[in-house]
Amino acid sequence: MAYIRQFCIILAFSFVGEILHFFIPLPIPASIYGIILLFAALQSGLVKLHQVEKTGQFLIDIMPVMFIPAAVGLIEVWSDMKGSLVQFVTVMAVSTVAVMGVSGRITQFFIRKRRNDI
Amino acid sequence: MISLLENSVFFGSLLSLFAFMIGEFLKKKTGKAFMNPLLISIILVIIVLKVLKIEYQSYNDGAKYISYLLTPSTVALSIPLYKQFELLKKNTAAILSGILSGAFTSFITVLVLSVLFRFSHKEYVTFLPKSITTAIGMGISEELGGFVPITVAVIIITGIFGNVISGVVFKLFRINEPVAKGVSLGTASHAIGTAKAMELGEVEGAMSSLSIVICGIFTVFGVMLFEKIY
Repeated sequence: MAYIRQFCIILAFSFVGEILHFFIPLPIPASIYGIILLFAALQSGLVKLHQVEKTGQFLIDIMPVMFIPAAVGLIEVWSDMKGSLVQFVTVMAVSTVAVMGVSGRITQFFIRKRRNDI
Repeated sequence: MISLLENSVFFGSLLSLFAFMIGEFLKKKTGKAFMNPLLISIILVIIVLKVLKIEYQSYNDGAKYISYLLTPSTVALSIPLYKQFELLKKNTAAILSGILSGAFTSFITVLVLSVLFRFSHKEYVTFLPKSITTAIGMGISEELGGFVPITVAVIIITGIFGNVISGVVFKLFRINEPVAKGVSLGTASHAIGTAKAMELGEVEGAMSSLSIVICGIFTVFGVMLFEKIY
């Protein structure tokens, strides 16, 4: 019963996210509204941590597997990408490494600065 | 025999999960960072489909049921976020500056490389939303007139690439703080990066989850400006 109720709560927040996505004319998906709303519900005490934690943890654990079908779908657009593959891969790789490096370093810089200030 | 596999409801999911387990096994056995379970499972599934000559569509007819849980799982990311909220509050300024600078870096690098490679405007906007979660990225690409299927492909490749390369990047840039690692993974590689962050620890996972949300929303507005530049 515990799992049913937990899953029900998480699905309810996904559903409300879907409704918001339908009515708000921004390209923001249901999941993003859902995260924000469930977070707010936990913060406000409307939903208690133990009411969602076990099922939530299970969903997070199996999350990597959920990307496999979409990634395998790359073979469907392969013929469209083949022509400019080198450029495409370069943009993707350079940009990703740069974003990781910059966002990580900047965050770390401010964390350490604050720590030294105290 | 093949048509049995093609019509099976469970074959696609079973194949995906089993391939992932092989990936996990190889990673444990070798201890090598590039032995990434997600990457290995994707390659294994593609090989199996090619060898057995199974169409992607018939594989996905079964496998799509795993992806169906993606929205509830993303919603569940608010749980680690809630548990780590104190840490987040203490480092609000650092985290926000990290995410915003990362989103900005993504725009700038895509812009510069697009100019360099003489991409068309359509190709440029196809790449602009590459670091954010698929659902938002698709919406942006559609709105700006990009090639939506290519945007989806680029977003997924970016996620997997970030997931695989993060260890090297952290070493190279000497990023050691768990909070910084989480922000870095989530900002550069959205949910697929967050899956990696979750493996590193709850702090990393929570920060990465937050980064998906903030970076995604920031990108929705950022592209409006960057779309006009090139």
